[in-house]
Amino acid sequence: MPELLPFLKDLLSAPGLSIHEGPVAEMIRARWAPLVDEISLSRVGSLHALRKGTAAEPRPSVLIATHMDAIGLMVTRIEAGFLHITQVGGVDARVLPGQRVTVHGRQDLPGVVVQPSPRLLPPGFEESPVPLEYLLVDTGLPPRRVDDLVRVGDLVSFAQPPLELAGETIAGHTLDNRASVAALTVCLEGLQHCPHAWDVWAVATAAEEVGLIGASTSAFQLRPTLAIVLDVTFAKGPGASDWNTFPLGKGPTLVMGANMHPALHKALKDLADKLEIPYALEYAPTRSGTDASATQVTAEGIPSAVIGIPLRYMHTPVEVVAIKDIQRAGRLLAEFIAGLTPDFVEKITWDD
Amino acid sequence: MPAIGNPQLRLLERLSNACAVSGDEGEVRKIVLAEIEGHADEVKVDALGNVLAVKKGSQRKRLRVMLSAHMDEVGFMLVADDGEGVFRFEVIGSIDPRQLPGKAVWVGRDHTPGVIGARPIHLTTAEERKRAIPVDSLRIDLGPGGKAKPGDRATFASPFRRLGPSLLGKALDNRLGVVTLIELLRNAPPNVDLLAAFTVQEEIGLRGAKVAAFALDPDLGIAVDATPAHDLPAWDGEPAPFYNTRLGLGPAIYVADRATLSDPRLVRWLTSTAESAGIPYQVRQPGGGGTDAGAIQRARAGVPAVSVSIPHRYPHTAASLARLDDWKNTLALLHTALSRLTPDVLAEER
Repeated sequence: MPELLPFLKDLLSAPGLSIHEGPVAEMIRARWAPLVDEISLSRVGSLHALRKGTAAEPRPSVLIATHMDAIGLMVTRIEAGFLHITQVGGVDARVLPGQRVTVHGRQDLPGVVVQPSPRLLPPGFEESPVPLEYLLVDTGLPPRRVDDLVRVGDLVSFAQPPLELAGETIAGHTLDNRASVAALTVCLEGLQHCPHAWDVWAVATAAEEVGLIGASTSAFQLRPTLAIVLDVTFAKGPGASDWNTFPLGKGPTLVMGANMHPALHKALKDLADKLEIPYALEYAPTRSGTDASATQVTAEGIPSAVIGIPLRYMHTPVEVVAIKDIQRAGRLLAEFIAGLTPDFVEKITWDD
Repeated sequence: MPAIGNPQLRLLERLSNACAVSGDEGEVRKIVLAEIEGHADEVKVDALGNVLAVKKGSQRKRLRVMLSAHMDEVGFMLVADDGEGVFRFEVIGSIDPRQLPGKAVWVGRDHTPGVIGARPIHLTTAEERKRAIPVDSLRIDLGPGGKAKPGDRATFASPFRRLGPSLLGKALDNRLGVVTLIELLRNAPPNVDLLAAFTVQEEIGLRGAKVAAFALDPDLGIAVDATPAHDLPAWDGEPAPFYNTRLGLGPAIYVADRATLSDPRLVRWLTSTAESAGIPYQVRQPGGGGTDAGAIQRARAGVPAVSVSIPHRYPHTAASLARLDDWKNTLALLHTALSRLTPDVLAEER
């Protein structure tokens, strides 16, 4: 079985900003194809991979959603060889100055986001954060070359290479949510050795960061019996210590709250206890901010659950995740799927 | 005539990727000592860690010319261990705190990778995002159990690369100057005694050059450095009046900065050399800033001094950017000027 870490690093390096997921989708398809029975793209670019179950038809199905889209930037204007930019997804402009990027023009161009000197800005930016509208991308090329190669609307990806840190952690951009894509890959590999009754739809969703577009459309098209969303959550660390943060490397989170069906949540929790997979309980009082917000209200409604992988410095180019948490989330999912009995859905009831 | 080719670019790459924060220049010093071996009559490392190399000329009536290129760079020092591989740090040299969040760093002699993160945007308020993130709230995170210790230095983890006609790296300031000086030493013209000082602690107050200039006791001094280019479009689309220097216009000759008033005879010598040799040059806009020339000028009973710098954008960030042609022209100007230097230059009226 190919190793996880090199695959994850490849995933981080693959372009795939929201609704432009083509390159990363192709990479995931190549890795998943031998693990599934059918694989195809949805109309909006989500990757649908089906592993057929062993139960008699009509079989129930579980959809595992991991969004594959990345946040990034987009060219809004070209001036004297410099690129003005806007954001795709939620980017804190304060992490942008000095970031290496790739401009996806007529060819991929390396570049850097730059903060012009205060002497080039309106008064008031000697020390204050410089807003996105005044930041520029410099490709190092002469203006005429830039005019030839770059157009307004071209995408700009982060280019910080992944770094292996201590304690079997990895740092890089877009670990939100390629870490979960890697966990789903672990799950699919685990299922090679476990017969399962249910159909499994492994879905790498498109455009989560800009409004859960892939999850809502895939859930509608595939109409699964259950949906489990795998996404990253806030890890404790510098700048993050509140109740809504969780230890890095101490297991995934099992999320409870309005978006999650309590019985499905409890089934996952009971299984984690039984398998002695460490986890933390996470509370999402209203909307979870994940694909589950969409899957839950698709069609006539789909019981949904969320598993979180703790991640530091979310939406910066140096997000940090523990490899172990990815493996634990993948294993928990595989065991859960393997344990689904044909009548499991009858247990998804309201304990009133 | 020395030139910048692939060997020089590879050396620049090694030097830009080396970590030599002010006060801890060992990694660059080691490379410099190896590169100049056999090219100088005397080499010594002084009490501060400056590398002083003397290449004597062979002609009569030679001036003793000190050329200074600082080896150190801005960076960080780990100052407290918060546990679990997380460290507090202080900034060394002038780095805009707004350049820190979301960056990878190399820590210590082994370049152990780490990151300076930032609170997730989801957990910040709009009000908070209007303020820069204070340095004392940031940490260097090596991952759980990461090994380092207070006192270790760190730099941005920012590998050198070429971008078309441009060069990108964390320490072009001043490894461009260091390679330039290595090439000048290797190709020293016979009409001068070339006193090469690869200095320390420039970024924290020109401290290495002060003692180097005393020890070398030159007739004149030239700082070879990198200077900011603020040649970007201004926010209102108007041409920027205070650009300092511009990329692509050649080496920047200093007339005045905060530390030095350049010796006018040396400025004339450099500009007339450039004009007669057809080498492009620009006069750096007078203003703030400072180079080793400031310390050299004040050494002993005073030394005529000037600076020649390679323009580069985004100084003291993870990714500064220079033009290869400007570097080539800087080396050409310095070598051509040194080759025609006679004591008459200093005999002129100021």
